[in-house]
Amino acid sequence: MEQTQQSNGMYGPYGGRFIPETLMGAVQELEASYEEAIQDEAFQARLQQLLKQYVGRENPLYFAANLTEEIGGARIYLKREDLNHTGAHKINNTIGQALLTERMGKRKVVAETGAGQHGVATATVCALLNLDCVIFMGAEDMKRQKLNVFRMELLGAKVEAVEQGSATLKDAVNEALRYWVSNVDDTHYIMGSVLGPHPFPKMVRDFQSVIGRETKQQHLDAEGQLPDAVVACVGGGSNAMGMFYPFIDDHVALYGIEAAGEGVETDHHAATLTKGSPGILHGAMMYLLQDEAGQILEASSISAGLDYPGVGPEHSYLKDTDRVHYLAVTDDDALEAFQLLSRTEGIIPALESSHAVAEAVKIAKTMSPDESLVICLSGRGDKDVEAVQEHLQS
Amino acid sequence: METITHGKQYMQVVFNQTLEQNEKIFVPYIMGGDGGIESLIPTLQQLDQAGATAIEIGIPFSDPVADGPTIQEAGKRARETGVTLQQILDKLAEERQSIKAPIIVMTYLNPIFQFGVDRFMEVAQSAGIDGLIIPDLPLEHESFIRQAKEKYGLALIQLVSLTSSKERIKQIAQASEGFLYAVTVNGITGARQTFADDLATHFELLQTYSDVPVLAGFGISTPDHVQSMTEVADGVVVGSQIIQSLKANDFDHIHALINAKDNQ
Repeated sequence: MEQTQQSNGMYGPYGGRFIPETLMGAVQELEASYEEAIQDEAFQARLQQLLKQYVGRENPLYFAANLTEEIGGARIYLKREDLNHTGAHKINNTIGQALLTERMGKRKVVAETGAGQHGVATATVCALLNLDCVIFMGAEDMKRQKLNVFRMELLGAKVEAVEQGSATLKDAVNEALRYWVSNVDDTHYIMGSVLGPHPFPKMVRDFQSVIGRETKQQHLDAEGQLPDAVVACVGGGSNAMGMFYPFIDDHVALYGIEAAGEGVETDHHAATLTKGSPGILHGAMMYLLQDEAGQILEASSISAGLDYPGVGPEHSYLKDTDRVHYLAVTDDDALEAFQLLSRTEGIIPALESSHAVAEAVKIAKTMSPDESLVICLSGRGDKDVEAVQEHLQS
Repeated sequence: METITHGKQYMQVVFNQTLEQNEKIFVPYIMGGDGGIESLIPTLQQLDQAGATAIEIGIPFSDPVADGPTIQEAGKRARETGVTLQQILDKLAEERQSIKAPIIVMTYLNPIFQFGVDRFMEVAQSAGIDGLIIPDLPLEHESFIRQAKEKYGLALIQLVSLTSSKERIKQIAQASEGFLYAVTVNGITGARQTFADDLATHFELLQTYSDVPVLAGFGISTPDHVQSMTEVADGVVVGSQIIQSLKANDFDHIHALINAKDNQ
């Protein structure tokens, strides 16, 4: 497999470890512990057992016959991450990192959350492994995702409202990092996406790569060959990176779909790779939405999980090398796709995943019925139905 | 008036003179543009005259992850006035000669990166900046700015933390220029009540490895703190408390903090 990553955690010019010195020891310890754990058969066996019995893997690669017929192009498959315990791909990563927390002898966890999916997935594994859990969440996001806040509390987590900045995901990461600096001796930070200082982008990608590995095998079993195209939504980019990574060296077209919000020509979007430029935030060099003076701009999307002004360093690199095509989908188009999949397949997708669905049906239309396309259905839409109802009625 | 060449050497000269006179170093931190860009030079002059050995100017940034609420709020106020890094440097270039104390710019890396690293160092040097503190640029990534910084002779001040291993302490102490910034708490900037008991041992180790003065910073907010920290360190950096005192127009408290440094 092509190694896009050098040993220092750089992906071309992206990535790195741009963090305060107080965190350096913890990040080095994490890297050592992670590299040791993935070689350890007992660790792997425990991880596999939990993924199978607790998360419910493997989940299906479902042939969406009705959607395929409605669109009239490539055969469309859905990788059903929405069927995982807690309803999204996020738990693939939190299980792995929670096991690492134990391994490092730490009993406390901090995490950030946008839509609440990563917060719920973190609170869930903390309940399972009896770890103390603090989740930072933007006050604005808490309003948008009330049910997930209640879920996290029910699971025993403490949810801290973040009022700073735009009170969304970026600000929640800031506060979680500040909390980690102040509690680094006994606390692990479970980063929710392929973001942050090395080794987080690599480690999160590796834990999420189960998506792509299963998809590859399942598609081979169903079609006797690899898919022609794979489509996934990109906020920070963890489901996309987990889906894409096993296909990087294959002849498969990869599409990462960002949130265009009200349109990439407006100031209200989260299309970092489409409209941003390289810079440094939250410990890594990556594409960012920023002004000329290097101040980070506020991202905007109907989907709280895509509402982040940065994107993982490996995605930044895959954009520059043109290995992955990055496109952006508006709120309106995502809302339409949300309804389309619900109506045709009886599957309500998360608003995040709806961005992938929206672009995927456009791409599928241009392909022939001999070809196939996989959509990473990263999460289920139950959390979004109230917000969608409000939008459709307004 | 005699012209001074600003940069690493100027800071060294000033710090050495201070220590040779058996005095300690006091570095107040202000947020550039807090109170409006027009207040920058008068504030620097006041602190200079009050006995600050050097002065640290923070550059407002949207995402200051190493800073606590006081500095976050000051940065937010400054950004709301529309102040930019360029304006701060321009203002300094105009009136630098009216301030004797070495000036240190504290900024997160991204504003420098967007400004252009080489261009930033050039403009900073000609504005009379002597040193730089970049809290999200650890030793591993120093090469990011090394060439430009050396070309224009600015000191890159390294931060060392309580969590740094002995091996790292050694590397950081030896790499640091101007002074070694010893972070005295596990945490972000902002006032604290108490500090760890074993700081004296930590500072002894830092002094062993460091060729430059060792200054304590983060959480230092009372004359008592200043007094006890200057017993183990060559001086202190005081940030959040200075910002609060300036905001409250309480210059008496700033004088009390500065006077406490030589009270051992």
